[in-house]
Amino acid sequence: MSEPIISARLSKNFRRNIMERFIEFSLLCSAAFAVFITSAIVYVLVSEAIPFFQHVSIYEFLTDTVWTPNYSIKHYGILPLVSGTLTTTFIALIVAVPLGTITAIYLSEFATHKVRETIKPILELLVGVPTVVFGYFALMLVTPMLQKIYPDLTTFNMLGPGIVMGVMIVPYIASLAEDSMRAVPMAMREGAYAMGATRFQTSIRVITPAAISGIVAAYILAISRAVGETMIVAIAAGQQPNFTFNPVESAATITSYIVSVALGDLEHGGIGYQSIFAAGLTLLVMTLLLNILGHMTRKKFAERY
Amino acid sequence: MVTEKNKHNEIVKAESKDLNFFYADGTQALKKINLPVYENKITALIGPSGCGKSTFLRSFNRMHDLYPGNKYEGEIILYPDNTNILDKKVDPIEVRMRISMVFQKPNPFPKSIFENVAYGLRVRGESNKRMLDDKVEDALKGASLWNEVKDRLHDLAFNLSGGQQQRLCIARALATEPEIMLFDEPTSALDPIATVNIEELMSELKKKLSILIVTHNMQQAARISDYTAYMYLGELVEHDDTNKIFTNPSKKETEDYITGKFG
Repeated sequence: MSEPIISARLSKNFRRNIMERFIEFSLLCSAAFAVFITSAIVYVLVSEAIPFFQHVSIYEFLTDTVWTPNYSIKHYGILPLVSGTLTTTFIALIVAVPLGTITAIYLSEFATHKVRETIKPILELLVGVPTVVFGYFALMLVTPMLQKIYPDLTTFNMLGPGIVMGVMIVPYIASLAEDSMRAVPMAMREGAYAMGATRFQTSIRVITPAAISGIVAAYILAISRAVGETMIVAIAAGQQPNFTFNPVESAATITSYIVSVALGDLEHGGIGYQSIFAAGLTLLVMTLLLNILGHMTRKKFAERY
Repeated sequence: MVTEKNKHNEIVKAESKDLNFFYADGTQALKKINLPVYENKITALIGPSGCGKSTFLRSFNRMHDLYPGNKYEGEIILYPDNTNILDKKVDPIEVRMRISMVFQKPNPFPKSIFENVAYGLRVRGESNKRMLDDKVEDALKGASLWNEVKDRLHDLAFNLSGGQQQRLCIARALATEPEIMLFDEPTSALDPIATVNIEELMSELKKKLSILIVTHNMQQAARISDYTAYMYLGELVEHDDTNKIFTNPSKKETEDYITGKFG
């Protein structure tokens, strides 16, 4: 068989192909960077947590209900920190999910163009408020107000910061849920209105189910945001590891423990120092589980239109 | 009770009188349209893209109200009420309860087949399970979809084929027993077999109600409609018996469009 004849005008353009390869490579590098950083974080957390778990059994870590790594009588039960995290997150969600969803429905289905274009930027401004400000807001304003209703409330409690955290994540839910509701094709709305549905019936029975995957994604993001929130709870919840789900008691969350220990003067390599990596790893696992859960829920609810 | 009849002694179900329509940007999409819709007849609207036929159709169930700034002038009288449904004092939701619509692209809701058909009934406050079951079955039978879906009523509507989805949308519109059904190019997104199904269905439906249909397909208008209106640039050029329009139109423009010399 003879070599096929390739005319010079149709042969491969070397310069163009090199350029294309180069661009492809730089794009790959940018994408790999995020993956690299994530792996590096996981690596540091795991490698620093290993010495901790050589000293403390995983069983003790997960079942002991007292967390005092820096006291003379040491206990290494993560449960008080987990309960603090879950309780504050739960309170935040009770506030943020209804408020955020209702805001999204209003903005997407009821508000006129002008109202929407005014409210949305203001709402998104709320995201820009530093969380330390929210923390003092919880401690100085919200807790005293709650004490008027419930006088036995301690100065440091989970209820105040939980509520403030909820207010903080309202814009995340509202903005993302509104985006996904507005992405529902107009044909769907027209279909509902043509049946004689009111605005409310259309938004609740047609638009919300159609946008549910985006709305659930917004909730998951909000949960992750609440679980990872540090300053509000560090300032206003009391930093007392306390195994309780009672919102009127003071407590510490995983993040507020990490920040309080990391700011103190602990010897490098000591058990107290190592404990923050174990706590950090727990937080990472929790967030990861939430994300997997979110992904699964989204797949289950995914509606095509 | 007021009933108006035409020369063939047919009852007028609704009619537009000097209907003008303006979009929010000020463009006038309809110019003094006078057109009757007869009871138990199919009236087809034909004309080139942008001639205002969809705009006209959508005026009948006040769809334009959904977008701010749109303006109607003139009247659409619905009989036997003898009421101008464009009047500010008329509730558009009440109008839509009696005049339903099927769209160009099938737009089932993200719900089960059953819930799609039950939607209009639920919106009207019907919650009796037996009643809903019966009416959904009737509507699906009316849209000749029952046999295909009776074993999977609780499947998601999106799992149906395009033609089935469109028949589902017809069933959905049918469930609330409308007096007039508006069809906005209902078969333009469907294959030829699904199109024939829908056309046969429309001929069946007209026994119970009045139909106004917009179509791009002139053969379709000729096949199924009793009356045809030709529109051009927002004006009604000619309106007559379908046979007359397609065999012996009185206007030159209509003839040019129908014979393909124009449009």
